[in-house]
Amino acid sequence: MIRRLVLALLLCLSALPALAVNPDEILADPALEARARALSSQLRCMVCQNQSIDDSNAELARDLRLLVRERITGGDSDQQVIDYVVSRYGEFVLLKPRLSAHTYLLWGAPIALFVIGAIAMAVYARSRVARPTGRKLSDEEQAALDRLLKE
Amino acid sequence: MSVELGHYALVLALAVAILLSILPMWGARRNDQALMDIGSVAAVVLFALVAFSFGVLAHAHLVSDFSVRNVWENSHSLVPTLYKISGVWGNHEGSMLLWLLILTLFSALVALFGRNLPDRLRADALSVQGWISAAFALFILLTSNPFQRLSPAPAEGQDLNPVLQDVGLAIHPPLLYLGYVGFSVCFSFAIAALIEGRIDAAWARWVRPWTLAAWTFLTAGIAMGSYWAYYELGWGGWWFWDPVENASFMPWLAGTALLHSALVMEKREALKIWTILLAILTFSLSLLGTFLVRSGVLTSVHAFATDPTRGVFILAILVIFIGGALSLFAFRAPMLNAGGLFAPISREGALVLNNLILTVSTATVLIGTLYPLLLEALTGEKISVGPPFFNLTFGLLMVPLLLAVPFGPLLAWKRADLLGALQRLFVAAGLSFAVALVFYYDQYGGPVMAVFGLAAGLFLVFGALTDLWLRAGFGRLSTSIGLRRLAGLPRSAFGTALAHMGLGITVLGIVAVTAFETEHVVEMKPGMSVPAGGYSLTFDGMKSAVGPNYTEDRGHFTIRRGGTVKADVWSSKRLYTARRMPTTEAGIVTFGLSQVYVSLGDLMADGGIVVRIWWKPYILCIWGGALVMMLGGFVSLSDRRLRVGAPSRRARPAGPALEPAE
Repeated sequence: MIRRLVLALLLCLSALPALAVNPDEILADPALEARARALSSQLRCMVCQNQSIDDSNAELARDLRLLVRERITGGDSDQQVIDYVVSRYGEFVLLKPRLSAHTYLLWGAPIALFVIGAIAMAVYARSRVARPTGRKLSDEEQAALDRLLKE
Repeated sequence: MSVELGHYALVLALAVAILLSILPMWGARRNDQALMDIGSVAAVVLFALVAFSFGVLAHAHLVSDFSVRNVWENSHSLVPTLYKISGVWGNHEGSMLLWLLILTLFSALVALFGRNLPDRLRADALSVQGWISAAFALFILLTSNPFQRLSPAPAEGQDLNPVLQDVGLAIHPPLLYLGYVGFSVCFSFAIAALIEGRIDAAWARWVRPWTLAAWTFLTAGIAMGSYWAYYELGWGGWWFWDPVENASFMPWLAGTALLHSALVMEKREALKIWTILLAILTFSLSLLGTFLVRSGVLTSVHAFATDPTRGVFILAILVIFIGGALSLFAFRAPMLNAGGLFAPISREGALVLNNLILTVSTATVLIGTLYPLLLEALTGEKISVGPPFFNLTFGLLMVPLLLAVPFGPLLAWKRADLLGALQRLFVAAGLSFAVALVFYYDQYGGPVMAVFGLAAGLFLVFGALTDLWLRAGFGRLSTSIGLRRLAGLPRSAFGTALAHMGLGITVLGIVAVTAFETEHVVEMKPGMSVPAGGYSLTFDGMKSAVGPNYTEDRGHFTIRRGGTVKADVWSSKRLYTARRMPTTEAGIVTFGLSQVYVSLGDLMADGGIVVRIWWKPYILCIWGGALVMMLGGFVSLSDRRLRVGAPSRRARPAGPALEPAE
């Protein structure tokens, strides 16, 4: 979290800090604009470090934002916009990688770890319950216990 | 003061650290009391030497001695005094020295407060601290020496990075390191226990206060960093899943798991092997975080060092310590006997669930952070793993955890009655839903899912209160007896309740901001107004101003509600003169727990200016909750049980003949 801006500034700024989305970019139709914003937050600013085009001030991010809005007003669905951007910029542009051979491990790991962990715990718990603990009471101890219980 | 003295002290510190890493442990093997006693003395001397060295560097920064390269690169004679001091750790070399300072501080604290520990355990733990200290002292001396001179000395410094010139950032690194590095104590104790081959409830009791202290500071450090990012970066976000944030978040998650599993170990002698493993993993994640941040592999701004030798050096430290610790664990763990038994539905069971989810969450963050790096290295394929991935996976994992938290303290040890706990939490759950609905109605819309999010946060708060209520016996007993019983509860009970409440408050803040935030991006001319959460914000005009080391254009805004003026705020764009670097200083006004956030953009040719205005409802809950969690940590630390310390293990069969004089 520290010094993210330095990067933003070094890599993403030419002269002065501008805001990410500028008023001249905003679409007249609020529904379309909301879709554009949602899509923008999923797309990476290619010249920045871990910033979406929605947050970035870079020229390239602005171009991409305009492109997204152009496609949306042109009647593309969200999926079509994503596909189009990926076809031009590659998978790297997606902040949420799509499921593919390269990302099975990424998406599968949390689920797999959770399931494996849960099974391991269950097995461990069962094995512990099944195992008798300590030694049996000796005859004298048993007799003493019976005596106490009778009282 | 000549910086060469500081350099010299650091070399001496390395020598002492090497002695510390060998002698006490050797003494422990030979049962030589004198050798073991060297540990405590050496730890304190080591701290004193590093503190002196750090003091010398701080002094050089304070007096702006530009003949020192580190000062020249990161300071300026016009920088305010506070930032001259924070400039000491606002760079790679200085921050590593701070890392070492805090590491040796913890070693010294173990030496001073560990008098009730068995001699051999303390000697071994201090030696392990010595290994880590020696490794990092060597790292600083060989690759990151902050005491390098420049000749001829420049007349003026290059200035501290403007975004670092901030109070939040002056305090953030020391707090973060107190947490990060504090876990080294847990690590050292774990290694010492493995070497000794003996682990029991007493071990958990000794380790828990250190875990708790480190966790509390780490909580503070992360919250501070998050708040800093929020107000300084100027785009109103408070968490970005940046690799560097993740680097500090992973030890926090693992540390939280450790805190809970150590509880099981202390009370029930169960989960011993797991707790030891977690102690190793938590500090390993701290080391990994240091590597990620310092080596430059993430090409993040945090990586001041892009020098590959540094990366390789830290990687070597990482591999030796983590690899060594895990090998020792694999070698020794089968020899440790597993502890107490418990049914799946029990407090132990709940804490195991807590550990499962927290560990999987940690792994998810770890995999998400490293995946792009590894994939590119292995296949050349470039992908990004960003906030949408983490929000989805981490968010889903948190749902069951948040719902389970209120149940934990209500379940009995060994075997519990889930139905009974459900009945007892029924009121809290109902109340949470009712309040969430009222709140939702009050906010006029937003996604319906927000009701469930709010209810989950409120459930944590009310659940924690229910626990205290039941423990005090309100409802069953008379109020006066209940009050007396409440006052008599152990502090740790309040600590638990506060920490869980704090978590709930943070969740409330996150949900409220995510669901009900409003944003306006407009070009404003003087006199124009924009609504923000029931207030209206009027732009009055721009003005130029000059600060000590910057010039700025400031916009003045007046905030009104129903026509009456409630507040006014400046928002500015600064240009730091030495580095010619522009920054935005957001204007923030607080109303209760909510904030209006104003950030300036481009000046237009026609005299207007682009302004971005957010209404951030209940956003202060996010950090307020963290403060309450911290408070819980401190209250729990003040528990008498932890201060007095565990009953000592006397009459050890293989132990030294003499008990130390206390």
